[in-house]
Amino acid sequence: MYVAVKGGERAITAAHRLLAEARRGDPAIAELSVAQIDEQLALAVDRVMTEGSVYDRELAALAIKQARGDLVEAIFLLRAYRTTLPRLAVGLPLDTGSASLRRRISATFKDVPGGQILGPTFDYTHRLIDFALAAEAESAASFEPGAGATDGVPFPRVSALLGDEGLIEVNPADDTEPGDLTREPLVFPSDRAVRLQNLARGDEGYLLALGYSTQRGYGRNHPFAGEIRIGEVDIEIVPPELGFAVVIGEITVTECEMVNQFKGSATAPPQFTRGYGLAFGESERKAMAMAMVDRALRAAELGEEVTAPAQDQEFVLSHSDSVEASGFVQHLKLPHYVDFQAELNLIRRLRAETISPDAEAAE
Amino acid sequence: MSELSLNDVGYDAEEPPLLQVSRLCKRFGPQIVCADVSFALWPGEVLGVVGESGSGKTTLLNCVSTRLEPDSGRIEFRLRDGRIAQLSEMSEPARRMLMRTDWGFVHQNPRDGLRLGLSAGANIGERLMEVGSRHYGEIRGAAADWLAKVEIEIDRIDDPPRVFSGGMQQRLQIARNLVSRPRIVLMDEPTGGLDVSVQARLLDLLRGLCTELGLAALVVTHDLGVARLLAHRLMVMQGGAIVEAGLTDQVLDDPQHPYTQLLVASMLQ
Amino acid sequence: MSNTDANTSTGYNFAYLDEQTKRMIRRAILKAVAIPGYQVPFASREMPLPYGWGTGGIQVTASIIGPDDTLKVIDQGADDTTNAVSIRRFFERTAGTATTERTTEASLIQTRHRIPETPLREHQIIVYQVPIPEPLRWVEPREAETRKMHALAEYGAMYVRLYEDIAQFGHITTTYDYPVMVDGRYLMRPSPIPKFDNPKMDMNPALQLFGAGREKRIYAVPPYTSVESLDFADHPFTIERWEQSCEICGSRDSFLDEVITDDRGTRVFVCSDTDHCRQRGAAKAAE
Repeated sequence: MYVAVKGGERAITAAHRLLAEARRGDPAIAELSVAQIDEQLALAVDRVMTEGSVYDRELAALAIKQARGDLVEAIFLLRAYRTTLPRLAVGLPLDTGSASLRRRISATFKDVPGGQILGPTFDYTHRLIDFALAAEAESAASFEPGAGATDGVPFPRVSALLGDEGLIEVNPADDTEPGDLTREPLVFPSDRAVRLQNLARGDEGYLLALGYSTQRGYGRNHPFAGEIRIGEVDIEIVPPELGFAVVIGEITVTECEMVNQFKGSATAPPQFTRGYGLAFGESERKAMAMAMVDRALRAAELGEEVTAPAQDQEFVLSHSDSVEASGFVQHLKLPHYVDFQAELNLIRRLRAETISPDAEAAE
Repeated sequence: MSELSLNDVGYDAEEPPLLQVSRLCKRFGPQIVCADVSFALWPGEVLGVVGESGSGKTTLLNCVSTRLEPDSGRIEFRLRDGRIAQLSEMSEPARRMLMRTDWGFVHQNPRDGLRLGLSAGANIGERLMEVGSRHYGEIRGAAADWLAKVEIEIDRIDDPPRVFSGGMQQRLQIARNLVSRPRIVLMDEPTGGLDVSVQARLLDLLRGLCTELGLAALVVTHDLGVARLLAHRLMVMQGGAIVEAGLTDQVLDDPQHPYTQLLVASMLQ
Repeated sequence: MSNTDANTSTGYNFAYLDEQTKRMIRRAILKAVAIPGYQVPFASREMPLPYGWGTGGIQVTASIIGPDDTLKVIDQGADDTTNAVSIRRFFERTAGTATTERTTEASLIQTRHRIPETPLREHQIIVYQVPIPEPLRWVEPREAETRKMHALAEYGAMYVRLYEDIAQFGHITTTYDYPVMVDGRYLMRPSPIPKFDNPKMDMNPALQLFGAGREKRIYAVPPYTSVESLDFADHPFTIERWEQSCEICGSRDSFLDEVITDDRGTRVFVCSDTDHCRQRGAAKAAE
């Protein structure tokens, strides 16, 4: 006589314990500290903050530790935490123009006012695995970049320099309150502000592939890296009691302005167009990909034919969120046996009818 | 001359027209594509619009079918209950319903007017299901009837048009439009892109159907042979304007306007 | 189950969501109830469970559950399946309300993929977990277009799909998440319940709420509303039947799960609804 299987609750509890053990790994090996992750896996922390939509290095590092290094899982942890946070104030738009820069490059000119500052970049390294890193020795000499090398140096935006000559489209002055993706559902067609929010939270790999596809001909828009900046910007709010702005902290951001295919019309002479990307921390690949996809999504607005996936708003924005994508893909692991049973019933019936068509069940 | 007068028609002036287009204008940027076009279409008559590419005839068709919004002018259609509707003033639901029932649009490329992934039967039955038909057997029966009418073998009813020849696809598109018994059908180069022998068969079919069903049709074509075979009346367009109009045979045998004369002269005999 | 004080133990608000969010969701629910079958967009929050795992249902439940409610959570008809356990635990931790496995004792039921066999009563609420809310999604991928189709009640494309099924297979081949017409106006997806359960939705005395977290939609069927499964006049809607009966309680008219019991492919069939099965079994034993 069949006895129904029970014990789901116990199984889950046991699974949680196993997970905790697996997370810790071999107890003989030193436990990772949150500070170590923050300092030495900084780019992972940057990505988790960006896609998790919370700027808190310690929290992101903790999420990475809890997630055993699975960044998509860590992003999920941060997003779920974010849901519980009260909203105390809304900051003024970041003034990335006055950021104190650690890195600033432009591919559009050989030299630009303020100079090309390479900063701590992987560019130009030779990708040879450095086995010396396997040994946990203290580094021999610490490198001192010229202290304050960029302090006080003016770094005018490259796009402003082009703008002076009227060569690049002007970002429309728009003071309307932008929509808030975390408060209102996405509706199509959506405006650029909401699209950029979606892209900022979007999965880096996904945006990278879409940006790449535009370069390979799927909606080409001739991008040039106008400017990439990495540095610290102030967060300012205007408390109602004071009536003026106060700085409450600073964050590191990466900003990318792409200069794209120029466009003119019957009445206006041609100008370069723009794509924009912004991310927390030193997330250059993300900012660049984001800028490329931003520009691709403007195709319809700029009178270009929409032919490629990267230009299709509904497609790009509906599938960019790694938390949604991961949840839905992995939900297939959940029991589906009732629906499967329904399918089994049907397929057996159809096969029976095919094999002996006279034996059709009476309708 | 841009206006078609009743005198050119030789028609029963008592019966009101099915479609009345008045002073239709459309520009793309600085270019005027339709200049002050006016004409009327009576029930059961086929009106041809000829001209070379760039003449504005396709834009005219797209404006009349509400695919494009004209910059100015009126398009009035006489509904089944006799009331006159101005298409630009109709509500979107009403207009969408009209386009699905009383109007037909045959695209030059049948792939634009068919659902390639659906079976031929579903393609024809779609309009019926959209207006509430809920009996599978009847829908399938109607689809089979129409396949026969457009000379497609019945056993193709469950095949997707993706595997049909160009001529068959075009005939399927026609069936898909006519199943709802529209009173007016717009056609954009209905035989364009088809082999010559296939064209002849299609034209015969179209002419037969128009007569049998009493269809009014607006047929855009650059091919004067098609116009002669299908159309009762003809309008010649050049540079966005109607330069000549009249009974087809009269216009083609005795062209008055220099452009028409040029067109006729260059027609391959 | 005991009523623990959720606030002090977890530091979260009652039922996890803050009151503003609950209010926003309740407004969406009211709109949904006012327009049966219509999908109301709402700003779905990230929850501690992943999208696709019931966050929509959880948000709906969290917005309407109160300290006096008794909650039942089922998945595939069973209270003991892993995700049902996980969700029930979530509410035990964050709301501390009473929970039950008995359909008759529940005031609030959250379900995935089944409607309980035991008929529901007035004042009960059943919350369905919905993966894809849009019934026209398979015939039209674009949201902008499907919104229009609903607004204009242009549902021919759905019938075309059913026509194709019959043309190709001789039957409508949708066996779960079978599309329905609600109150004669809106086309709706009932969530992936087997079509066996569709008739239960029609004129049900309970309030039926549907939550799609990832897709950010809420919809509803108020009590005593007509819910008709789509079909053709000459191919009417039918539900599944089994030749077997339940191995445990002998039921001949409940939805049965097929269980493979050995490596030679031996199969037994048991009720999917574990509570129903247990009640029937107990009633039989008492005879």
